Amino acid sequence: MSQETMRVQKISAHAGTVPGEGTQREYTVSKLIDTTTCIGCKACEVACMEWNDLPFGETFFDNTYQTMPETRWNYWNLILFNEHEKEDGSLMWLMRKNQCMHCADPGCLAACPSDGAIIQYTNGIVDFQQEKCIGCGYCITGCPFNIPKFNPETKRVYKCTLCADRVGEGLEPACIKACPTGCLHFGSKEDMKELAEKRTTQLREHYNFPNAGVYDPAGVGGTGVMYILHDATQPELYGGLPKDPHIPLAVRLWKGPIKWLGNLAMVGGIIGLFIHYLRFGPKDKEDEQIREEIAAAQEKEVKAREENRAAVRAEVNQEGGEPSKGGHPR
Amino acid sequence: MSEPELLLPHNRILRYAFHERLTHWVSGFSFLYLMLTGLAFWSPWLFWIAYVCGGPQVSRVLHPWVGLIFVVALAYLYIMWHAHMHTTETDKEWWRNVNHYTKNEDELMPPAGRYNAGQKLLFWGFVICGILLVLSGVVLWLPEYIPWNLRILRYLAVIVHPGAAMLSIGLFLIHIYMSVFAERGALNSMIGGDVSRDFVRRYHPGWYKEVMGDSTQALPPK
Ligand code: HEM
Ligand code: SF4
Ligand code: SF4
Repeated sequence: MSQETMRVQKISAHAGTVPGEGTQREYTVSKLIDTTTCIGCKACEVACMEWNDLPFGETFFDNTYQTMPETRWNYWNLILFNEHEKEDGSLMWLMRKNQCMHCADPGCLAACPSDGAIIQYTNGIVDFQQEKCIGCGYCITGCPFNIPKFNPETKRVYKCTLCADRVGEGLEPACIKACPTGCLHFGSKEDMKELAEKRTTQLREHYNFPNAGVYDPAGVGGTGVMYILHDATQPELYGGLPKDPHIPLAVRLWKGPIKWLGNLAMVGGIIGLFIHYLRFGPKDKEDEQIREEIAAAQEKEVKAREENRAAVRAEVNQEGGEPSKGGHPR
Repeated sequence: MSEPELLLPHNRILRYAFHERLTHWVSGFSFLYLMLTGLAFWSPWLFWIAYVCGGPQVSRVLHPWVGLIFVVALAYLYIMWHAHMHTTETDKEWWRNVNHYTKNEDELMPPAGRYNAGQKLLFWGFVICGILLVLSGVVLWLPEYIPWNLRILRYLAVIVHPGAAMLSIGLFLIHIYMSVFAERGALNSMIGGDVSRDFVRRYHPGWYKEVMGDSTQALPPK
């Protein structure tokens, strides 16, 4: 699925530099999702299934609008419906279109052990290359947003591509195109930030949402999918959007200090053992005492054999006949 | 074990019976495969190893299954050998003198039994690493079954599994070095099963006494 039209800037598990890095300038792209104007119609979900030709999966019914609890390997774009009780006791819908956030600093890519299975284009899109995926699921562990999903049949992992194929051709993602209320926007990150600023100011000043703000978390370097929230101080209300997402500490330790300590220990260990052999050699080399003992024992045995032979010869000489059969020592 | 079985013709002593050798090599070769495929996923610079071990996808599929084989073999080794592996006073003395051991001054070492203290450490190291590896390995194996609110398990696994792997690879390197390069005769104890009396007397004087009983005539002349 690699996009010939777009340059790559990060490659998972790649030994060495990224070919072609920095040879072209490109806008960083971003979606902007205005949760305040989302009506939960799921048109974006359908558009995603259609454009990406995803096979249908079973939905479930729990007396809400929620069709399934979280995204799936064949369901990359899911509206999360949250009923929120305001301070004055009135109810309000908090609906959030959930999908891959296309982190500038993607945990999935940092965790992936397979060369080129996850790449990030210069425009910021994070894309999985399933033909190189080994199905280890490390990306699942690396992602702070619970996005990559494993398909047990193909043993590969899938997620939203931000319609890299469309964007590469200058089109907007399918979900953006389908949205009937215009709550989904797409463009350069700069433009989207400006638009978001305008909208949140409006929400704060004219719509009585004093905490309205933009969700573009710095912990993952900012995201290629930004949200406008009624209350940016409580992103958790929107179906568990993490307040300050990071690549998990365990993953950073694992891919950082632990890796280098381990490499150093292994290389150091091999060199150390080699030098030890050069200096000391095998254990029995200088064991003179035992060598002497063995030599002495052999000498003694030889002597005993000679004495025995001499005795036999003497016997033969005495009797003047053949030596007896059992006379030879064993 | 009774003495007569252990004393072989031509001054040889039986150190490992067939079932011990077989189990050892099952665990050894499965460890080798696990180490190689594991290292392929450990570092981008070693990813090429995965192509040698059957291809990246195949390596990923086989690694956990071979891991199970490894753990079963290790468990059987534990059953066969753990009785010999308890720490004794001699072992403490052995560790105090370990610098002589590293300088090949074996005559200055306290008399080791069937296993010296270093070999016992190797054994327990592998047993503990094996337990850690299989527990964390199962979590890594099936990440899609670990629900989001138990993700702490996955975070633990990605630390514990490579950590225990590094420890056991360290033990593995020392083990290979000692048995193939440093102690001549040790490798054959795991292939043919037998060692020379000389070997036993030198490296395992305590066990030598046990095996030979009082029959001093078997000793090389003093
Ligand atoms: C005991 C049963 C074991 C199980 C079930 C198991 C399972 C796994 C799984 C599922 C992975 C993820 C990637 C992959 O499949 O290759 C993994 C990675 C790994 N395994 Fe194992 N494994 C086991 C034993 C071992 C042993 C004995 C070693 C010995 C060196 C080892 C070394 C590694 C290493 C180095 C990695 C890569 C870690 C990283 O990416 O940083 N494993 N193991
Ligand atoms: S949201 Fe998850 S899958 Fe998407 S780029 Fe960020 S870390 Fe990767
Ligand atoms: S499952 Fe595939 S994409 Fe995810 S980390 Fe493993 S190799 Fe990379």
